Amino acid sequence: MIELHHISKSFGDHDVLKDVQATFERGQVNFVIGRSGSGKSVLTKCTVGLIEPDQGHVSFDGRNFTALSRRDRKEIRQEIGMLFQGAALFDSMTVLENVSFPLTMFSDMTASEITKRAEECLERVELGDAGKRYPAECSGGMQKRVGIARAIAMNPKYLFCDEPNSGLDPQTAIVIDQLILEITREYNMTTVVISHDMNSVMEASDTIHFVHEGRILWRGNRTGLLAGGVPELEEFVFASDLMRRIRKAGQI
Amino acid sequence: MRWLFHIGRYMQLLLASFRQPEKGRVFRALLIRELDAIGTQSIGIVALLSLFMGAVICLQTAHQIGGWIPVYTIGFTVRQTMILEFSPTLIPVILAGKVGSNIASQIGTMRVTEQIDALEIMGVNSAGYLILPKIIAGLIIVPFLVILSMFMGIGAGAWVGVATGVSSLADFEYGMQVDFHVFDVIYALTKTVAFGFILTSVSAYHGYYASGGALEVGRSSTRAVVWSVVIIMVANLILTQMLLN
Repeated sequence: MIELHHISKSFGDHDVLKDVQATFERGQVNFVIGRSGSGKSVLTKCTVGLIEPDQGHVSFDGRNFTALSRRDRKEIRQEIGMLFQGAALFDSMTVLENVSFPLTMFSDMTASEITKRAEECLERVELGDAGKRYPAECSGGMQKRVGIARAIAMNPKYLFCDEPNSGLDPQTAIVIDQLILEITREYNMTTVVISHDMNSVMEASDTIHFVHEGRILWRGNRTGLLAGGVPELEEFVFASDLMRRIRKAGQI
Repeated sequence: MRWLFHIGRYMQLLLASFRQPEKGRVFRALLIRELDAIGTQSIGIVALLSLFMGAVICLQTAHQIGGWIPVYTIGFTVRQTMILEFSPTLIPVILAGKVGSNIASQIGTMRVTEQIDALEIMGVNSAGYLILPKIIAGLIIVPFLVILSMFMGIGAGAWVGVATGVSSLADFEYGMQVDFHVFDVIYALTKTVAFGFILTSVSAYHGYYASGGALEVGRSSTRAVVWSVVIIMVANLILTQMLLN
């Protein structure tokens, strides 16, 4: 479980996060949704320690991550997997080397054990035959799957996905959503997905946090999301013509 | 006052870089890769430039000396120019252009494509992982390249001197040995070690703090070269004053 306690963050005069409180449950896919510029990415970066919050703290299963020194954070960081928006694969390494990387850096496994584990992770994302390719030789969807394989290589307790479907076609996006959902259940992880893709939210979310102008304005699940009630949320959810037509047709 | 900000941030980055490496085995592999990238892959350009510079210095000196200046002066001048200034200063300047821009663009691209964030999330000290092997490789390999340059330049000077008939080999050899001080080589290599540190660390700094997209990576690469050269020149003056007095 990840808990955010009164997180605030400003850049100059601009208050990006304002007293954010949230709980992300274990074994669930926790979505953080909101418009571009609402503070989702900064919230994620504060959570994983890439940006220091001005106020408040983040707890990983009761451990105050924010208060820890850089050295002490390392232990928790090794329990975190992250899928970046652009996959962030190391382009000088092959796919297999990318997945092996965290194991090489932090495990006491032998080279053959590392390779075996990396191949298992690649098999899990159905890329067993792509190990020798370089990231530049992979499609966007494949890169995302390699990113997921790398993220789960160390058997993480926490998985963060930043816009996992950005730049993907709808069919590939569904594959990625399903994969995130499956591995969350399989590894019993606390998964946090940052997205503004409503298809993705409807496909894979267990809980949803709606961020608006640096605050969590609403939290709930898929049913509650469609029921509406909060104007800003309704504006966001039903921004597309398709969603409005579906609502009008009585499908929602 | 912006330069103070950069100096402070540069020092912080150096401190982070010199924290204990993650794993000895990984560090050794990275170091070997950087020795190859900075050293082996620069041998060609260093050799080429040194050969031509040595040859040109020989011909220019021969042109300048009149009948009353001894011919062995040619060998003496080629040796002194190569050892004291061309090899230890201009070779690092050239490397700042070749290696420095490469370091800045490599690290800068990793920054803007979130690869550095990925390292940090995993718990890897990104500065130590990316920058320290480059600095250590620079400290080790740049002096070797400079020694190579000295030999190539002096050798080319001797060959061209004899080939064009401006000096006999005996005169050139005598000039090479006359008034030779080992300290000159020590002075040159001391400067070289400092310049190797500057060109790798300054370039890495500009790449590490790149932001935005491809355009900014290009700009950071240009800044890396410009600042490396400027700092090498300033350091050259300071070190020369310190070491020769």
